[in-house]
Amino acid sequence: MEFTFITLLNGLSYGLLLFLLSSGLTLIFSMLGVLNFAHASFYMLGAYFAYAISVKLGFWPALLLAPLLVGMLGALVERFGLRHVRRHGQVAELLFTFGLSYVVVELVQLAWGRSALPYAIPAQLDGPLFTFYATAFPIYRGFMMLLALLVLLAGAWLLKRSRIGLLIQAALTHPQMVEALGHNVPRIFTLVFAAGCGLAGLAGVVGGNAFVTEPGMAAGVGSIIFVVVVVGGLGSLRGAFIASLLIGILQTFAVALDVSAASGLAYWGVKVNPDATIYPLLQLTLAQLAPVLPYLLLVLVMLLRPRGLFGVRD
Amino acid sequence: MGGRMTMNMAVDRKWIWVAFALILLVAPWMFPQSAALSILSQCGSMMILALSFNMLLGQTGMLSFGHAVYSGLAAFVAVHVMNRLAGGSPAALLLVPLIGGCAGMSCGVVFGFITTRKSGTALSMISLALVELAAAAALMFPGWFGGESGVGADRVLGAPFLGVDFASQLQVYYLIAFWLFVCTAAMYGLTLTPLGRIANAVRDNPERAAFIGHDPRRVRYMMFILSAFFAGVGGALSAINFEIVSAENLSLLRSAQILLFTFIGGIGVFFGPMIGAVVGVLFSALLSTYTRGWQLYLGLLFVIVVLFAPGGIAGVWMTAVTARRRLTAAFLLRVAGVLLLTGGAVLLIEALYQRAAGI
Repeated sequence: MEFTFITLLNGLSYGLLLFLLSSGLTLIFSMLGVLNFAHASFYMLGAYFAYAISVKLGFWPALLLAPLLVGMLGALVERFGLRHVRRHGQVAELLFTFGLSYVVVELVQLAWGRSALPYAIPAQLDGPLFTFYATAFPIYRGFMMLLALLVLLAGAWLLKRSRIGLLIQAALTHPQMVEALGHNVPRIFTLVFAAGCGLAGLAGVVGGNAFVTEPGMAAGVGSIIFVVVVVGGLGSLRGAFIASLLIGILQTFAVALDVSAASGLAYWGVKVNPDATIYPLLQLTLAQLAPVLPYLLLVLVMLLRPRGLFGVRD
Repeated sequence: MGGRMTMNMAVDRKWIWVAFALILLVAPWMFPQSAALSILSQCGSMMILALSFNMLLGQTGMLSFGHAVYSGLAAFVAVHVMNRLAGGSPAALLLVPLIGGCAGMSCGVVFGFITTRKSGTALSMISLALVELAAAAALMFPGWFGGESGVGADRVLGAPFLGVDFASQLQVYYLIAFWLFVCTAAMYGLTLTPLGRIANAVRDNPERAAFIGHDPRRVRYMMFILSAFFAGVGGALSAINFEIVSAENLSLLRSAQILLFTFIGGIGVFFGPMIGAVVGVLFSALLSTYTRGWQLYLGLLFVIVVLFAPGGIAGVWMTAVTARRRLTAAFLLRVAGVLLLTGGAVLLIEALYQRAAGI
């Protein structure tokens, strides 16, 4: 009970962080038709910028400034990079963002070195939020969840109610019509790209000190968020939300469980000969399997429902 | 490309193949040092990998991030086969690349089925998930994949057979060159077959290809399997060359390298990936001894190619050959400007690396 509750909360906070990332990715995909391979690089930049700013000014200014900086970088990338590649087609766009992710990792290592940074949780947010039986739930995890929820609610309101949100929605489906009505659609594209990158940067600011700030962090989370958007259905925000939470919870539970097929069989009284060829497979624990679970899920979804959970187009 | 094939061009082509074979034969005499031979051998296996990757990207329009899975798993099979064959005749080593190819092909049959169910962006993402899956799974079964350190093998299987035991780098080079020639010819031949042509149609307009009776998914699947075969040959050759294979050979980074090299070389022309393989191996084997920033330079070169020369080096060359651009003062001035900018950028990056090393 205690284990289930705390693990569920941890999973939720991780899942919400994933959604901060995948929501921007999904919005950019539905608008520009390109999966931004460098999205996780902006996440990493968010963490590194936040570290650099927090050393000088403290955590709270970093929380505000780092995502803005990352968003501005995103706008520059869209305006001076992606927009030029677009005429060469979708593959070229994907390749451009792929190359960008390759370059960003190298640049980050050039600027901050190859080892992990001592980017720590601020003192005000350090410590347990509450203790449930004997297990403590950290304040920072609660803060992450709260922040993610607030940002996402604000984003949803902006998209559904505000004037610019209505324009974005219109430009998603009928870009020519919106352009004919006198709006600058390319500028809306840039704005959406910048906003998505800013969200990724924000996720980096809070994810960087919750986990580790190191050059490998983009590659670590990058593949997971692509799994999220494909499993959820490319271009579906609702699908991205469900898939983020699903993968967040799935992975957190798996990491915490130290059971294997062999131990399960032993519980039922079945003994497997250690010389059997499948013995190494049976001996794998769920915790060991945790890193590959998202990918297995993706393969499963692709086989059973190729358009993803909530995908509208194939 | 091949639609306008005249008698004259056919004769030209024959001489190109003869020249290619001659270059392969003569190359070790031009660069006889053992380090150079090793680089030539690496170039050879990378050329096969890049050409097989271009069967997917350039010819069928599939951007796969999982090419290292097929070459890497085949390399593991090759290493285990070499260990099993130890003590036998060295002539058996000639067939190890073929076994690797079959291993790659079987992986292509299984993984390709999942990958090619979709096209476009979704296909790329599935291939990405599969390469992560394979790389992580490899670390889970240290018994077969050797964990972090990998699996080693001795390519000298037994006593020399007709004076050949593949102990020297020169003999390995000729083994790789032989397979390179065979594979290049086979892959070129494939572009002329109906399947190769339909693959181009599927790349350009899958809907119309479907209307003339070719299921795009089936065509993609077929091309994927064939490409995995050649990737397997390339992987097995690199296993023979290095005599060690680790989980790193299955990683996304390795796939990314193949992708970068292929695209820099040029995906629109058949021989483009071969140029890319040479450039890439020179970057990773030679430039890396001079500067720690070689990966940054490689990435920047890739981004610049995507932005300004989507045809790659081969594309630039082809337009230069066909257009025969006149050397005007303005053109020379522009070239000088680009060179100056590049030099400045390199100096800046090097200075930054010096500073980073000093900390």
